[in-house]
Amino acid sequence: MANKTLEARFRGLRREAERRVQERQREGVPTISIVMSTCALASGAAETRDAIKETLERIKVPARIVPVGCMGHCYAEPLVVIDHPASGFPPICYHRIDAGIARVVIRSFFEDGDPSFEYVLGALEENDLVPPVTQFPRFNLEERVVMELCGRIDPGDIQEYIARGGYAALARALDGEPESVIDTIERSGLRGRGGAGFPTGRKWRLARSARSERKVVICNADEGDPGAYMDRTILESNPHQVLEGLAIAAYAVGADEALVYVRAEYPLAVKTVQKAVRDAEACSLLGRGVLGTAFDLKVSVFQGSGAFVCGEETALIQSVEGRRGMPRHRPPYPVEKGLWGRPTVVNNVKTLASVPPIVSKGADWFRTIGTENSPGTAIFSVVGNVKHPGLVEVPMGTSLRKLIFDVCGGIPGKKAFKAVQIGGPSGGCLPERFLDTPIDFDSLAQAGAMMGSGGMVVMDQDSCMVDVARYFVDFTQKESCGKCTFCRIGTRHLLVMLDRITKGEGREEDLEIMETLSHDIKAGSLCGLGKTAPNPVITSLRYFREEYEAHIRERRCPALKCRALVAFYIDLERCARGCDACVGCCPVEAIFTTKGRKKAIDQQRCVKCGECMVACPPEYNAVFKVSPPERAPVIERPPENGPAPAGNP
Amino acid sequence: MNSVPTQTETEEREMIEAIEAMLPRFAKHRSALIPILQAVQQEHGYLSGGAMERVAEYLEISPSEVYGVATFYNQFRFHPPGRHQIKVCLGTACHVAGGDIILENFERKLGIRAGETTPDREYSVERVACVGCCALAPVAIVDGTVLGHMQPSRVEGLFVQFQVEREREEREKAEREPGGEQDA
Ligand SMILES: Cc1cc2nc3c(=O)[nH]c(=O)nc-3n(C[C@H](O)[C@H](O)[C@H](O)COP(=O)(O)O)c2cc1C
Ligand code: SF4
Ligand code: SF4
Ligand code: FES
Repeated sequence: MANKTLEARFRGLRREAERRVQERQREGVPTISIVMSTCALASGAAETRDAIKETLERIKVPARIVPVGCMGHCYAEPLVVIDHPASGFPPICYHRIDAGIARVVIRSFFEDGDPSFEYVLGALEENDLVPPVTQFPRFNLEERVVMELCGRIDPGDIQEYIARGGYAALARALDGEPESVIDTIERSGLRGRGGAGFPTGRKWRLARSARSERKVVICNADEGDPGAYMDRTILESNPHQVLEGLAIAAYAVGADEALVYVRAEYPLAVKTVQKAVRDAEACSLLGRGVLGTAFDLKVSVFQGSGAFVCGEETALIQSVEGRRGMPRHRPPYPVEKGLWGRPTVVNNVKTLASVPPIVSKGADWFRTIGTENSPGTAIFSVVGNVKHPGLVEVPMGTSLRKLIFDVCGGIPGKKAFKAVQIGGPSGGCLPERFLDTPIDFDSLAQAGAMMGSGGMVVMDQDSCMVDVARYFVDFTQKESCGKCTFCRIGTRHLLVMLDRITKGEGREEDLEIMETLSHDIKAGSLCGLGKTAPNPVITSLRYFREEYEAHIRERRCPALKCRALVAFYIDLERCARGCDACVGCCPVEAIFTTKGRKKAIDQQRCVKCGECMVACPPEYNAVFKVSPPERAPVIERPPENGPAPAGNP
Repeated sequence: MNSVPTQTETEEREMIEAIEAMLPRFAKHRSALIPILQAVQQEHGYLSGGAMERVAEYLEISPSEVYGVATFYNQFRFHPPGRHQIKVCLGTACHVAGGDIILENFERKLGIRAGETTPDREYSVERVACVGCCALAPVAIVDGTVLGHMQPSRVEGLFVQFQVEREREEREKAEREPGGEQDA
């Protein structure tokens, strides 16, 4: 390296980090890592940790308990990894370990030397004793660039990140010219992961050439898309990779101030990033004179307060300035005139987290992953009706089918695939015939959906596409900032029509009106929210038109989802006399006893919650759902307070 | 909306005093507005009219401006929340998994609608957009704890739990207070 102070400082940091990490390993005590991200906590990870601690104390086995972030396998939480080289076993990953199972696993592992195979997900290394996780499609179809260390390191310990090669890219970048960093990013072909896929290198170059003393870089972690949580997970699991990318971006464009904008609904992510910033400052990786160079970077964390439109960069900037988050006209673009009028680069979490590996391994390496026009990996949160929901990082260009069926295990419960919703509230719903579409910015746009930030909601035969479209329009309508008439009033009209259709009151002409209106809203809105809000309507009208027609012409919801159009009834032939399971579960006491001492549903009272259908034991399966509601047989309720039916039917 | 209890005058006074003590921590600058409002709500659970006026005065902007900003964001609340705060996620994954039925169960059980607080201020119910635990949909957040895989029967269970807790607290309180009524 040319800069001696920089080189010496970084080498010192790295050696110290490696020493500390090795020291722990030398102690010979087992390491037990527990995933402690928000989703793991929601599945009971804290109770699991307590049970493990308690059991270890009871059996007097010393161990190091390390909280790690999410590995993306949300379906298998709580996840625990036992790494005990002295046991002769490789590091073993356990899944679905609640507090009770944790006690069993710990005792049998440490007292009997038995790794409790029934709870093993797989070994984290190749070996002869335990099948490695890499044999599962879930693992070997993935390719991790951004999430490589997620779930493998303690997000609260900067030493672990540094020991694994972290911040080396920043040191390398600082050793060269800002221009050369921008060159590398430009040559890598990295496109922004925040939705639109704008080339990151070009954005940085524009900001660099903007004339101003002071510039700002913002990490956009607003992630307002419902159904998407990649950014939260990355920040909770490996915040330093994002901060490293942020610092490299700041150096490249010449900024001395940076901001991480995290939504307040993610309290754990906020805390994790705040700590990471303090730790990085303490190591001279952020703050004044980074690694002894002349580069200063003040980093702060700003909490967004829950408005979807604030993910849009100009609105985000307004909200940081203490105003309503209203998007404004561009140009001027933020890279010319952004926060406080200074040139501002706004980049998504995943974009920034992709930067350190590119700087370390080179632009050409990055181009070997993904497709020609969309190099690198894509991270999706695949949720909804799939067997293994969670986060997945695959090369760009992977097909939807591979992702949904091979990586995520397909649709549970022998149901049929119906559609996949991609790109958040403003994306589109794609039917089965698009399953072989490669996922990248351009092919998705061609199909009428969009990459968006990477939320993917898989729906089976039980989802009604009209209801889904209504859901999204309701969302965008509520989240519209209200500045553009078409966005504000147009989406309102769409919603009124969709509401009407889901209630069985749709009119034949509604479909045509919705189509024209959709295109008008796209044309007449200023920002991405309004410009894309009608997408779910347009795609569902295009691919699922017959479902709209059934709602309008037959007052029927083919998926049996729209509540106004369905009714529940009990088949008297199948109902077991006196089983009564349904009666107790009905929240409104709509189920009554017939003269034959069987059960029936009072349609006037029924709120259609579907509880009785779940409660009725599978050996009877007597509760049915039909659409239109008139198809439910009418059974009179015997007069109240009448003599209780006694004796024989 | 008579099911939204209003704050008492003492409460309002205490809130303003607390804000008074807290304000000097923040720069007298427009950009501090949202962080200040967040801090007030963090501490008190909501923003009262008086609180917003005080913040406006501090930042030298008009109260309507403060109000205008606060109402724009989903995070801010203008009524006192219940002692137990229930939030139900209605994000996409939760919608597909029946989050609306979970919300309805809470509403029916408490006799209030989303956004309201029970008159005894024990419970409030809100709808929230995705909290990022979509793989566990449907999701509810009860007193800050995220609960995955919600089912209507778990709604029942929660209230039983609250009830038990409340009875225990009352019993303990009665035992602590000498001369208080005691069951033999
Ligand atoms: C309505 C709307 C919401 C958006 N929400 C987000 C968001 O939550 N996160 C994000 O990174 N970008 C979001 N964007 C895109 C940003 O405006 C911006 O393009 C992006 O942060 C740039 O980062 P990138 O170049 O790394 O993709 C949104 C855009 C629109 C129009
Ligand atoms: S398109 Fe909608 S959200 Fe965007 S600026 Fe216009 S009104 Fe606001
Ligand atoms: S649960 Fe099923 S079988 Fe039992 S009484 Fe109800 S409808 Fe009949
Ligand atoms: S949609 Fe409910 S947690 Fe994401």
